[in-house]
Amino acid sequence: MSKQYETVIGLEVHVELATKTKIFCACSTEFGGAPNTHTCPVCTGMPGSLPVLNKQVVEYALAVGLAVNCQINQYCKFDRKNYFYPDNPQNYQISQLYLPICHDGHVEIDTPAGKKKIGIHEIHMEEDAGKLIHDEWEDCSLVDYNRSGVPLIEIVSEPDMRSGDEVIAYLEKLRLIIQYLGASDCKLQEGSMRADVNLSVREAGSSELGTRTEMKNLNSFKAIARAIEGERKRQIELIEEGKPVVQETRRWDDNKESSYAMRSKEDARDYRYFPDPDLPPVVISDEWIGNIKSRQPELRTEKMARYQEEFKLSEYDADIITGSKHMADIFEAVTAICGKAKEAANWLMVEAMRLLKEHDMDPEEMTFSAENLAKLIHLVDNGTINRTVGKEVFEKIFAENIDPEQYVEEKGLRVVNDEEELRRVIEGIVSANPQSVEDYHSGKEKAFGFLVGQTMRSMKGKADPGAVNRILKELLG
Amino acid sequence: MTAKEILSLTAVQLGKKIKDGEVTSVEAVKAVLDQIKAMEPLLNSFVTIEEEKALEQAEEVQKRIEAGELTGPLAGVPVAVKDNICIDGMKTTCSSKILWDFVPTYTATAVENLKRSGAVILGKTNMDEFAMGSTTETSAYGATRNPWNPDHVPGGSSGGSCAAVAAAECFYALGSDTGGSIRQPASFCGVTGLKPTYGTISRYGLIAYGSSLDQIGPVAKDVTDCAAVLEVLASHDEKDSTSVERKDCDFTEALRDDVKGMRIGIPADYLGEGLDLEVREAVLKAARILEEKGAILETFDLGMVEYAIPAYYVIASAEASSNLSRFDGVKYGYRAKEYDGLHGMYKKSRSQGFGPEVKRRIMLGSFVLSSGYYDAYYLKALKTKALIKKAFDEAFSKYDVILGPASPSTAPKLGESLSDPLKMYLGDIYTISVNLAGLPGLTVPCGKDSKGLPIGVQFIGDCFKEKNIIRAGFAFEQNRSYEMPQMAADAMAGKEEK
Ligand SMILES: [Zn+2]
Repeated sequence: MSKQYETVIGLEVHVELATKTKIFCACSTEFGGAPNTHTCPVCTGMPGSLPVLNKQVVEYALAVGLAVNCQINQYCKFDRKNYFYPDNPQNYQISQLYLPICHDGHVEIDTPAGKKKIGIHEIHMEEDAGKLIHDEWEDCSLVDYNRSGVPLIEIVSEPDMRSGDEVIAYLEKLRLIIQYLGASDCKLQEGSMRADVNLSVREAGSSELGTRTEMKNLNSFKAIARAIEGERKRQIELIEEGKPVVQETRRWDDNKESSYAMRSKEDARDYRYFPDPDLPPVVISDEWIGNIKSRQPELRTEKMARYQEEFKLSEYDADIITGSKHMADIFEAVTAICGKAKEAANWLMVEAMRLLKEHDMDPEEMTFSAENLAKLIHLVDNGTINRTVGKEVFEKIFAENIDPEQYVEEKGLRVVNDEEELRRVIEGIVSANPQSVEDYHSGKEKAFGFLVGQTMRSMKGKADPGAVNRILKELLG
Repeated sequence: MTAKEILSLTAVQLGKKIKDGEVTSVEAVKAVLDQIKAMEPLLNSFVTIEEEKALEQAEEVQKRIEAGELTGPLAGVPVAVKDNICIDGMKTTCSSKILWDFVPTYTATAVENLKRSGAVILGKTNMDEFAMGSTTETSAYGATRNPWNPDHVPGGSSGGSCAAVAAAECFYALGSDTGGSIRQPASFCGVTGLKPTYGTISRYGLIAYGSSLDQIGPVAKDVTDCAAVLEVLASHDEKDSTSVERKDCDFTEALRDDVKGMRIGIPADYLGEGLDLEVREAVLKAARILEEKGAILETFDLGMVEYAIPAYYVIASAEASSNLSRFDGVKYGYRAKEYDGLHGMYKKSRSQGFGPEVKRRIMLGSFVLSSGYYDAYYLKALKTKALIKKAFDEAFSKYDVILGPASPSTAPKLGESLSDPLKMYLGDIYTISVNLAGLPGLTVPCGKDSKGLPIGVQFIGDCFKEKNIIRAGFAFEQNRSYEMPQMAADAMAGKEEK
């Protein structure tokens, strides 16, 4: 590769909103459920049915828009996007084209070169489609409309990102903001957050944009990073070979780590957008905006400051804990129960982070209860178990959300404080290891540690380390 | 009472007699079912007749009337409902093959309101397919005929409802009006029809044609019935976002024979070229009767009239092209028997399921919404709509009521209109702008032409001013008595002789 290239990336992010009911009817948005059980005439597009806007959708969209510094269209409208597909029961999707609710915002991300603003072109509200299921056995397709009408917002960025790292940083930032607002849980794997990547490359220094492609089906940050790298390389190769980049939509196959074309611009559909006559314009008053602003929950920076102030956490600790809304929620809940913020922070930052890394999990996937971690902290704190056993119990809590009190009893993990029993065990260890005793007396400090270890092992870790040290020193003279 | 006596009553008169115990709801339903049996082979006003259900309902309603639970003026009175209005468990086809077997699991709010008032539903009336047409000839279930002369059309698209009321196959009916679909057939059939202000009656359960123009409304024998039915139908509905919360729905209060000082404007643009002379004469005579009663008449230039038809066909077709895309053979209704793949299924099911007029409007609507044409057609039509509304606003700053014909001519012969769609579209010239401006309109019979076909006069009111047109219509009709077509009277007489 002789020339230098610059990658230009913009994102379209779909986020499923956390409303209890759908955007245009009273059906539940709950995940799962037997096919077509969360449906009614409206979300199955029955003739004569009419949509009625769920106000909560507007409030969430406003909350997100305000949090990412958008301008609000105080007179916004819904439009119909017309296309035929069976997952779309009316054969049009109710979305926003001409007057979306939010526009012209930005978020700030951290890059190695410092802070960078990523522009947000617009945010619009729309309805999700149903799911098509192919029945291989009967050789037919079935449709489940449980997801049809689940509210979404689409956040369209400006083409301001230049690398996969910037894209991930932008997505993480966006996800955190939305989670903090409670507007969505933003789970990529479950599809409550979905990102389409628009990417083009151009020679470094050029001010003109290259031809872009759009990549779909990206359901993890890693897949997004890989897809960006793959597509960047593919486009550079084409340019180097003197071949044109075709404007098209491509589907990323994360297993094969390659993409293939879904449809090109030539057969792009004409969606015949027009204002939905069934839905009057949404008029958003200054008062309503003020209301949303005043109800806006604490965002991450505010939370970080509060953790340092109220719980005396270090900036580093506060940063790690607030890095996930779910982690912060657990931290606060545990602290509220046991009153030991430092301990709660330690368990989460050290043990929980280690296990997350080990299992390649997102903090959002932690399912244990705050009560159980609070109980564990209490057990260690009052000396019922020692810290080593505590770590083992935490792993159980993390994996299976066990009740630590019950677990410690069942497995007999209480610290042994019985002076006589300890003394008997240590006497046995001392007499069984004459060489170590001799080493100790000749000044080898390591030998002492060895004898402590032997004691702990024979006590299965349940011995109180302070007592072991004291008795051993006494016996060795 | 004899069947003939019962069938000659208006809806409100029958309601009173049922309440007074002079006749039962069951007797009324039986009389009307007999009349349906006699008339249907000649008229084809109905797509679906629910004989057993109607009798069951009548028995139940009668008990509730006797128990004093139902006290409204329409309790126990049989009604027919246009076939684009959904009723739970009753086939609803929009007179289209594509919905040939469709049975909704929900009921339109308008029908819920009727049921609450103790109405007995007889069945569903024939219409132009998806309400697209002015003759009821585009129905997939055969044309309806005009009871005044079966060689002529009843008008449309609510032709079944209007013919049924005229032929005494029901005491009143529900129609829907997107561009004149209640008012024009009412005038062709010699009955009274009212389209209320947009948003007055919930559209929930009305299968949409042009959503921003569609309104349900009553068809009846006189203005009193229309006002009484409208009072039952009008309600704010949370299920329809375009429904309006009104506090002035006591429409029967306006049934006063008093037009003294009422300012009535007659648009000169409604009396010009294209208007049949006999229609012109009858309408102007109606105006003079009101003048004699103390109304102040004035002729004026409304303007924008020639732009109403193109604007209407662009907007209504655009909305229809999208509204009708859900009829695809996937979930319900007609699906082609043989097809290749998903798109083959869509194409064949829709090609075979829709009639030519519906296809024409879907294509027209898809065209005006396609990229590159949107601004030139759709946006321009919306601007025209706003200008038409402005022209009416100006007129209503001077007049309480606008008076004019409902249609340029009386009912044409069957087959005459279909061969020339453009001519058929021009027939809507006096009714369409009322929908574009969202106004209320009422047509009342005002005479007959030399062929014996009815002529209607149209009263147009400002938004939410139904009471003005009801008052004008009521005062006018005090000068005439309700006339029934001969064939309907003959059918009753035939029964008396047996
Ligand atoms: Zn629903």
